[in-house]
Amino acid sequence: MKVRANFSLVMNLDKCIGCHTCSVTCKNVWTNRKGMEYVWFNNVETKPGIGYPKNWEDQEKWNGGWELSKGKLQLKLGNKRSILANIFSNPNMPTIDDYYEPFTYDYAVLQNSPLVEATPTARPRSLIDGQRMEKIEWGPNWEDDLGGKFKHRGEDVNFSNMEKQIYGEFEQTFMMYLPRMCNHCINPACVASCPSGSLYKREEDGIVLVDQDKCRSWRMCISACPYKKMFYNWESGKAEKCTACYPRVESGLPTVCSESCVGRIRYNGLMLYDADRIEELASVPDDQDLYQAQLDLFLDPSDPEVIKQAKIDGIPESWMEAARQSPIYKLVVEWKVAFPLHPEFRTLPMVWYVPPLSPVQSQIDQGNLATKPDGVIPSIETMRLPMQYLANMFTAGKEEPIVLALKRMIAMRSFFRSLNVEQKTDLSVLEEVGLTEDQVREMYRYMAIANYEDRYVIPTSHEELRQQDFLGFQGQNGFEFGNDGCSISPNASLFPDKRTKSTDNLQVVEFFPYTPAAKISEGEGV
Amino acid sequence: MNLINFLFGVYPYIALTTFLLGSLIRFDREQYSWKADSSQLFEKELLQKGSILFHIGIIALFFGHLVGLITPHQWFLNWGISDMMHQTIAICLGAAFGSICMMGGVILWKRRMYNPRVRANSRFMDIFILDWILVTLGIGLLTIPVSIYHAVNGDASIMINLSEWAQAILALNPSPHFLDEVDFIYKAHLFFGMSVFLLFPFTRLVHVWSMPLAYMFRPYQIVRTKFVKQR
Repeated sequence: MKVRANFSLVMNLDKCIGCHTCSVTCKNVWTNRKGMEYVWFNNVETKPGIGYPKNWEDQEKWNGGWELSKGKLQLKLGNKRSILANIFSNPNMPTIDDYYEPFTYDYAVLQNSPLVEATPTARPRSLIDGQRMEKIEWGPNWEDDLGGKFKHRGEDVNFSNMEKQIYGEFEQTFMMYLPRMCNHCINPACVASCPSGSLYKREEDGIVLVDQDKCRSWRMCISACPYKKMFYNWESGKAEKCTACYPRVESGLPTVCSESCVGRIRYNGLMLYDADRIEELASVPDDQDLYQAQLDLFLDPSDPEVIKQAKIDGIPESWMEAARQSPIYKLVVEWKVAFPLHPEFRTLPMVWYVPPLSPVQSQIDQGNLATKPDGVIPSIETMRLPMQYLANMFTAGKEEPIVLALKRMIAMRSFFRSLNVEQKTDLSVLEEVGLTEDQVREMYRYMAIANYEDRYVIPTSHEELRQQDFLGFQGQNGFEFGNDGCSISPNASLFPDKRTKSTDNLQVVEFFPYTPAAKISEGEGV
Repeated sequence: MNLINFLFGVYPYIALTTFLLGSLIRFDREQYSWKADSSQLFEKELLQKGSILFHIGIIALFFGHLVGLITPHQWFLNWGISDMMHQTIAICLGAAFGSICMMGGVILWKRRMYNPRVRANSRFMDIFILDWILVTLGIGLLTIPVSIYHAVNGDASIMINLSEWAQAILALNPSPHFLDEVDFIYKAHLFFGMSVFLLFPFTRLVHVWSMPLAYMFRPYQIVRTKFVKQR
């Protein structure tokens, strides 16, 4: 046994309202730069839908994640030799149109327009080549709230083994929100695919990072990550990814996306796992066993054996305490209401999801649907979301664990309804789903109330143990791109690392042969 | 010192020194700029054809030149490769891989110049070095008819002189006089070729140094710790 801690998240989809606050705050902090306009470390998708980038879940198309080759784990991209053979041109790499072409508008036209009859318009312009875009065809969240035709969003691979046509009908339609970010996997495919070894997993907290100095833009990680959460910064020519806001997490603060979540759906905390069993458990033959395999990989931080081994492996006592208090452990292991996204990719992801309940409230109010004996709480069979669809997303198609989780969430509601409305403790609903009263009260505290201190249990990284003069680092170089932080004159370099010195996204680019379309003329289109 | 003596007696050292020292300084000081700088995000189909052809061609040409020029004359004779055989092999492989490289290079050039996205995000040096390599390659291909003419006349002396010159350079004994008899077209190719080395550290070509062969021999997963072991 080798005990390691992993910084993990759970997102309670039952409470996600799809407001995109997480995406926007993340964008403002991390990807609001040239070369990264198209990048969303965190994005919220409406499911069913093909998502961002288009059809990211379809590994027949992208070859992301792992597969079993003669019983052994191998990247779906191929063995190491074929990865190197594809280095001149990576056939599995998405292009910018698979994400979307980033754009801005000619806002200056609005201000500079002479007095005219018609309202001046700010027309869109590409942020990549500066050219006029006649029509914006796709964006980071084009399918928001089921936008577009069913024909398009019906290409969602989670429908692959379902009769999907019925869900195109208005009465049968369903939707849910799926916030996505880097999963900081225990068996990351991006790390495994990096030819120059620039990607790594941190031993202390399991956060997966790119060493910007070692990245050589071989771009294998981008296709290897089955969640398509590795991104290519076309300005710097380097791979970038979600950092789990490690500067915040190291100080005991939640990630920016978590902190800003208005629905309080996100939980941050630690999970302990046995690093010696990763390969064994990531290569169980049946895809549907992977959810259970990952549960088996986790260690109980209250187990004396684990505590003893953790001490040997150098895990600080404050981290063990945080692991015992971890909301992740409760949701994932104790109550089993959270699930990994697409465990069949075999990367052992560490961002887990509580599946959403989806009552058809108007039908229940009219008494058209079956309910629990109380006549108010709906029963699981009447949910709008097909169980198979959820199972395809979270358990490689196995419905039982999802059904149990949803039943537990309903039981919690039922229990507290009878407590608050009828002033009686109804233990029968709990027995049915195998919960005790203490458990369900704790579930309520964590899932319904969801106080800040309960959602975020993050120990600090003990920098004071690592650096002799911890405070001496204050005011020193921070997060910086390029060598600007230490170069003598940041504007002149023998080896240019920036394509333009300007930070203006709308710099006019002159083309050969010269195309007038690239020129921004004042008052254009007026 | 006349121009010829400078170009073929001094310039090679300027080029090689810049190549080695420049690469070293850049690697040491400018890691963030050290990359292949892929533009595949913007365009995939032409890159697929162009890049593969270009790389196969240029890698073969590099090693062909290396072996052909650096190997001492006597070694070839010991291996039982006569001068005429040597020249025939050089012409055939050079023509074959030169054409492959040229095809790929032209595709890449067209892509870089005419794809608006790729074009808009090319630095001056990206275009300049591609142009330069293509000119070098073009002149190199033009030397083939001259070489064939030599070969048909049973004259291997030019080829021998060229390799003697290259070996003299590496032996720190520059001898531009070996090139006295050599046709102008070879000299032009030499100049352009040496200049590629001169330009090398200032361009994206530095990715050649980082050919990731070590990937074959490392475990899949990399775990790093922040804690430095106490000494």
